[in-house]
Amino acid sequence: MSPLDRLAQQVAEAARTVAPQRPPTFDAGAARRRLAAARGPVFWRSLEELSDDEGFRHWLRRQQPQLAETLAMDRRGFLKLLGASMALAGLAACSRPPQGEIVPFVQGQPGEAGGLPRFFATALPRHGYAQGVLVENHSGRPTKVEGNPRHPASLGATDIYAQAAILQLWDPDRSQAVMHGGTVATWDGFQAALLATAGRMRGNGGAGLRVLTGTVTSPTLSAQLDALLRRFPAARWHVHEPAGNVSGALGTTTRLHLERARVVLALDADFLLDPAAGVRYTRDFVATRSPERTGKNMSRLYAIEPTPSVTGGMADHHLALESYRLQAFARALAGRLGAGGDVAAAGAMEAVSARWLDALVQDLQAHRGASLVVVGTTQPAWMHALGHAMNQALGNVGHTVEYLDTVEKSPAPGGTLADLAAAMHAGTVDTLLALDANPVYDAPADLGFAAALRKVPHLLHLGLYRDETGRRAEWHVPQAHALESWGDARAFDGTASILQPLIAPLYDGRSAHEVLAALLGDEVRDTRALVRRQWQEALSDDADWAAALQAGFIEHTAAATRTTPRFATASELEAAADANAGNDDAQALELLFRPDPTIDDGRWANNGWLQELPKPLSKLTWDNAALVSPSLAGQRQLANGDMVALELDGRRLEVPVWIMPGQAARSVTLHLGYGRHAAGHVGDGQGFDAYLLRTSAAPWNASGLRLRKTGERYPLAGTQHHFDMEGRDLLRVGTLDDYLRDPAFATAGDRFPEPPPSLYPDRPRGEYAWAMSIDLGSCIGCGACTVACQAENNIPVVGKDQVRRGREMHWIRVDRYFEGGADDPRSYPQPVPCMMCEHAPCEVVCPVGATVHDSEGLNLQVYNRCVGTRFCSNNCPYKVRRFNFLQYADQASAALQAQRNPEVSVRRRGVMEKCTYCIQRIEGAHIEADKAGRRIRDGEVVTACQAVCPAQAIHFGDLNDPHSGVAQAKASSRNYAMLNELGTRPRTTYLARVRNPNPALGDEPA
Amino acid sequence: MSASSMYGLLAEFADAGQLRGAALRARREGHYVRIEAYSPFPIDGLAEALAAPRVHVPFWTLLGGICGGGSTYLLEWYSAVIDYPVNVGGRPDFSWPAFVPAALEMTILWAVLFGVAAMLIGNGLPRLHHPLFGVPAFDRASDDGFFLVLRADDPRFDARDCRAFLESLGPLSVSEVPG
Amino acid sequence: MSAVMPGTALPPVIAPDETPASVTRHVGGIVLHLPLGWRWMSGFAVALLLTTMLAAGVAWLLYEGVGIWGINIPVAWSFAITDYVWWIALGMGGTFVSAAMYVTRQPWRGAVNRLAESMTVFAVAVSGIFPILHLGRPWFFYWLFPYPDRMNVWPQWRSSLEWDFWAILAYLLVSIVFLYVGLIPDLATLRDRAASRGRAMVYGLLALGWRGEAQHWRRMESATLMLAGLSVPLVFSVHSMVALDFSEGLLPGWHSTIFPPFFIAGALFSGFAMVLVLAIPMRRLFGLQAYLRDRHIANVAKLMLAAGLWVDYSYAAEIFGAFYGMDRYEVAMQVHRFFGPYAWVFWSTMVFNVLQIQLLWFERIRRNHVAVFVIALGVLYGMWLERFMLIVTSLYADFLPSSWGMFYPTLWDIGFLAGSVGLFLALYLLFSRLLPVLSMHELRKLAHRHNGVAP
Repeated sequence: MSPLDRLAQQVAEAARTVAPQRPPTFDAGAARRRLAAARGPVFWRSLEELSDDEGFRHWLRRQQPQLAETLAMDRRGFLKLLGASMALAGLAACSRPPQGEIVPFVQGQPGEAGGLPRFFATALPRHGYAQGVLVENHSGRPTKVEGNPRHPASLGATDIYAQAAILQLWDPDRSQAVMHGGTVATWDGFQAALLATAGRMRGNGGAGLRVLTGTVTSPTLSAQLDALLRRFPAARWHVHEPAGNVSGALGTTTRLHLERARVVLALDADFLLDPAAGVRYTRDFVATRSPERTGKNMSRLYAIEPTPSVTGGMADHHLALESYRLQAFARALAGRLGAGGDVAAAGAMEAVSARWLDALVQDLQAHRGASLVVVGTTQPAWMHALGHAMNQALGNVGHTVEYLDTVEKSPAPGGTLADLAAAMHAGTVDTLLALDANPVYDAPADLGFAAALRKVPHLLHLGLYRDETGRRAEWHVPQAHALESWGDARAFDGTASILQPLIAPLYDGRSAHEVLAALLGDEVRDTRALVRRQWQEALSDDADWAAALQAGFIEHTAAATRTTPRFATASELEAAADANAGNDDAQALELLFRPDPTIDDGRWANNGWLQELPKPLSKLTWDNAALVSPSLAGQRQLANGDMVALELDGRRLEVPVWIMPGQAARSVTLHLGYGRHAAGHVGDGQGFDAYLLRTSAAPWNASGLRLRKTGERYPLAGTQHHFDMEGRDLLRVGTLDDYLRDPAFATAGDRFPEPPPSLYPDRPRGEYAWAMSIDLGSCIGCGACTVACQAENNIPVVGKDQVRRGREMHWIRVDRYFEGGADDPRSYPQPVPCMMCEHAPCEVVCPVGATVHDSEGLNLQVYNRCVGTRFCSNNCPYKVRRFNFLQYADQASAALQAQRNPEVSVRRRGVMEKCTYCIQRIEGAHIEADKAGRRIRDGEVVTACQAVCPAQAIHFGDLNDPHSGVAQAKASSRNYAMLNELGTRPRTTYLARVRNPNPALGDEPA
Repeated sequence: MSASSMYGLLAEFADAGQLRGAALRARREGHYVRIEAYSPFPIDGLAEALAAPRVHVPFWTLLGGICGGGSTYLLEWYSAVIDYPVNVGGRPDFSWPAFVPAALEMTILWAVLFGVAAMLIGNGLPRLHHPLFGVPAFDRASDDGFFLVLRADDPRFDARDCRAFLESLGPLSVSEVPG
Repeated sequence: MSAVMPGTALPPVIAPDETPASVTRHVGGIVLHLPLGWRWMSGFAVALLLTTMLAAGVAWLLYEGVGIWGINIPVAWSFAITDYVWWIALGMGGTFVSAAMYVTRQPWRGAVNRLAESMTVFAVAVSGIFPILHLGRPWFFYWLFPYPDRMNVWPQWRSSLEWDFWAILAYLLVSIVFLYVGLIPDLATLRDRAASRGRAMVYGLLALGWRGEAQHWRRMESATLMLAGLSVPLVFSVHSMVALDFSEGLLPGWHSTIFPPFFIAGALFSGFAMVLVLAIPMRRLFGLQAYLRDRHIANVAKLMLAAGLWVDYSYAAEIFGAFYGMDRYEVAMQVHRFFGPYAWVFWSTMVFNVLQIQLLWFERIRRNHVAVFVIALGVLYGMWLERFMLIVTSLYADFLPSSWGMFYPTLWDIGFLAGSVGLFLALYLLFSRLLPVLSMHELRKLAHRHNGVAP
């Protein structure tokens, strides 16, 4: 016979041997192991195979008694339940299109090829506030979030949370089934329970019915809540936003116009990371910081804060004051500005503060109408009142600050979590419906919430995870992710967006709207219909609706502005006058609670990207620590990682310390969100639970802290261990005067011109010359670029242990350097991606040519040629190369595979990787341009880090085009190349940072 | 027995000096040309005494070196300049100094291999059997025995005369080496 | 002839009563008749144990990845490369003793060359496993070799790692050939002396039918001269390549033109130390006092001292260079070495490689084999530390302070080092019982030249 026939025969035989001879029997042990390891979609060959097996029934009885009983019932019923518990996840993995028509941001061609990504506009709520985003969709799978250029809260950028939302969507640990007590139940079962609840309530007008939510800006939800309270007048709605404005809403939302401000004073205000408006405020702020544009009119930022913040890091003058001294200072300042406050207080100031006071008064008054005083949400109501008064006194209202009718829905008086807890203790709560809230974990300790729950017969919980609260609940319902369900929300300025689902719920999740509709017995149950009904008059015809979906927001829905904050100024100021008494004891320590810079109030604890994202200032990952000032550390002989016992009115918590330069001497900061035990595989057991010390009376700044060294040590995982630049000119900074005197001050001291001389003949440039420019004057160091890059390039999470070993994989990292004394240094962030050196040291030393240059100037890394000598990393002076020391990429979980960007290969163990300038995006642009037979236009290729950057600090493009954004940026006199003297000729260069200190204060770092 | 069935006659001597002397006389006085001398260690001047032709090991070593170095350098040039030139760290395609090290190592390796090969081939090794191994006494050639062999294929070979001649050199013993 | 070399007062390089026959008896006897004995057995047992550990380590490494070691970014090289450099350097002393002594016709070479050559072969073989295992994907190590490939991928000839690949290849093959050529006549002896037919067969095959014909000897000597002559430049080039593995990099502490000579000095230094560490016990174990005389030990000790001083000079030169050049990064690197977290490595290196060897100036020490042995051990340790210092203290703190990071070894790091020592010992102990540890034909020649004819 011919070789071909023989081959065919062999193939046939092989097939026979592979095909199972008899139906495979089911192994209970294997099933247990498989289910124990089951995270995310689990695939079964067939459900029958499971159900028909004796061993499986045994196992079932042990694991889930109730479920085992249902085996008695008919086969279909059994399958339904088993399906609900396990299989649905498996089925869900073949991602279905969402119900209801969704509208792409840019309409694709009809019948467009499946492989190409499409973008859909929607919004992601954070603390209830919408951030407009565009979601990249690969054949039905959302893989990447970008900002919506037309949305006021985004302007094309996003914060780290919008980026991490994708991983949250695909998180295998998300709640996957309705649970009744400890057993798997069904949505129908839950609806029956709601019916029963409504029945119980019908008699007493809802007395005993309580609804708990986070901040609500959603018109649909608001309407539903109103309907609920109309239907059950005796019911109550409570709002609990653990890291939100818990100091009691002032009835107005403050809208800053930083782009108009020349002098800004931030009083413990981290407005650049504001949950609702941070991205927009960052853009507005940096607009005033580029000397090319502003010349000598560059803005000046003063920051006074007890614990260093990202905003404080951008300040031209930074003063670390404990919060009680800060408040005294504020009152004195208000006094001097004739805004009430306490003139006498000025006398009691120590030297530094006094000098500051004079300088501030002078500078603020010199810029009436163009100055701005910002008070942080972590400050009490009366401090905000002072702030408003000062802005009024300075004539800023209407110019640099406006007030909006509050965008969030405020509950009726008595709608706080404390009120709820009181009612629960009193035993008057029959049914608590917790919508996307986790009070068991994040309620202040003094409320004894968990204990009070025992007196609540019925706890119904809707959440993305079966979290601490979900596990206590009688009924738990998996919540549909914001990318999975319809909805609506308002932005910080009131602009409303329709949320459209990018994918059908992976785990049969439900929206809050569905739950409330069911409770109300609404005839409309489908979320889309509920939202559509809500917007019926505003978007009467479907064209408007479609337009709103396509744009990602609804025109002309911004809230009306007013020039006076709605609050009783006089009374508030009286409060201010006699406030913060007893805090003046200089020896007392204060404990500050702050939302964690990466995992926020804890709801992101199970997100590996955010856990591994270094905190902007400490560069710690995977943990929170008590931040102490260098002076306090000195007094108590504390070193990083020493365990200390924190005692606050009788409550005690042991945490490791981290010495934070720029921390106020007597202030200790503890970030919220850690120490969870029902977060999921990623978040459980990381860090320490600050809520155990937090009280509703002093949610942010608590005095009377006792701190004692226990003598134990705790391993902390930081990505940077040395914050001193050692006098090297890696990150170049000058004052505005320097710049005005010599615009090229940054390169004045260079030994070599740029590019430096070389022995080698220049190689001809290709058609394109890709390059990047990073403006250190704009970068605030938020880390969004790092997460965006991780999402775009399938960068694995390696875990705390590997980070401790120095093996984090981030392709773009944000270095942090401190300058000046440890007590109150200046601090500068510096993003470091691959420098794409034209004379790349890494390439020369690779024995197999796995890293080489292409004609467009990209330093390529050829994964499948790499043998892993790691010489390239040793020889990289910028240390931007990352190595897969172990098998880091998760090959097992189907859900995570679905999350990945299909255009970027997933790296295996043993190969080197690094920033590619998002080469997949460059190639995409190449293809488009070739199809159209044209050159790639400037701005057509946008790297992930560039796209996400709220400060627009990153420019990328083609150097061959003199008009390209990057060419313009590099033409700046501030342009310099890091380690230029090594002759590596980096394509990534930096723009030196320019500070604008006040001569009156002198320019010596404290 | 006939000369054809015989390899030659083997005479053992007491030490290196006598062997050398015997070899000299066998050539000068016996006018034999097919003479072989065996010793457990190299004896200076013994080969000269036998007027053996000069050896060519050095020549082959040189040749090996040239081939090894040349071919390697050529391969480097071809692969990096002709077959697949690629920009590595902005260096020229023909980075001639960087191509030297590999070529140098191959020069030495090939030289050594050629040299040793020349030695073995010149010595007709490996050769696992040889008539001499048939003579029990010859074992000591690798210990402390010194032997002279007059080969049967020598034009002047005649079993009786040769034996007489060898006896005249004062050996410890003379024995036949069957072919 | 007299028992003392004419014209010199030096003690003879071989015992006066030795004859070609006695050489065969003693040296050949070790292989053919001497019972194993408990000392050899126990030594071999230990070596096997360590080797097994190495095998386990390799298996785990291939399964899990190089992440089982303590390496990280920035310190992406550490123990594995240190071990590699250490081992290949040990080989060099061997080749050098044997080859250079042959070229310069040193009479005392005869007794030590076999010892040294075999040491070289095993050291190089052991060193060779590290560059392969330290790869992220060891199974692709052959990609460094140019072979026709439909994707036209070739090695990257500008990389010093590529150069080193060729160097190791050449060095391993040449040192094996060198050892084997010298063995052929001795194999013939074993063939003719072997009691059992089986052994006779094996040795006979290996001996290639060597008969000791005069013209054969001449070709053999000519070839040996070529080998020796080529081995000297080979040794120097090989270690220059090893040095370039580092100095091709631009790291402060690596980017240095004095590395090649510096490395060669270091290699000879540790190589001689290794010869001593092996020769002194072997001499006792197999009763070789007649051939390995005090003079041999003393001579090698002198060589070790000389090489040591050369090494010490290069330390001084490097430090001077850094501060004379006043390059910010070089200076910082030196200061880190003196006072940084790894300062103890630097100072121990100084103690072992600079201070202790000065004792060898004294004849009394050189004649005291225990003392020489201990000093040599110290040198081996010191040279390992030096390579560790060179690699790690250059990597852990380079240009960007933000990227500075410490290296801490894991148990596997240490296990691989110990295991490699075990593998080397196992190979060497086996060799000592299967092949003559001294070159019999050269000793016969010596005996003949110095003691004339045995009566």
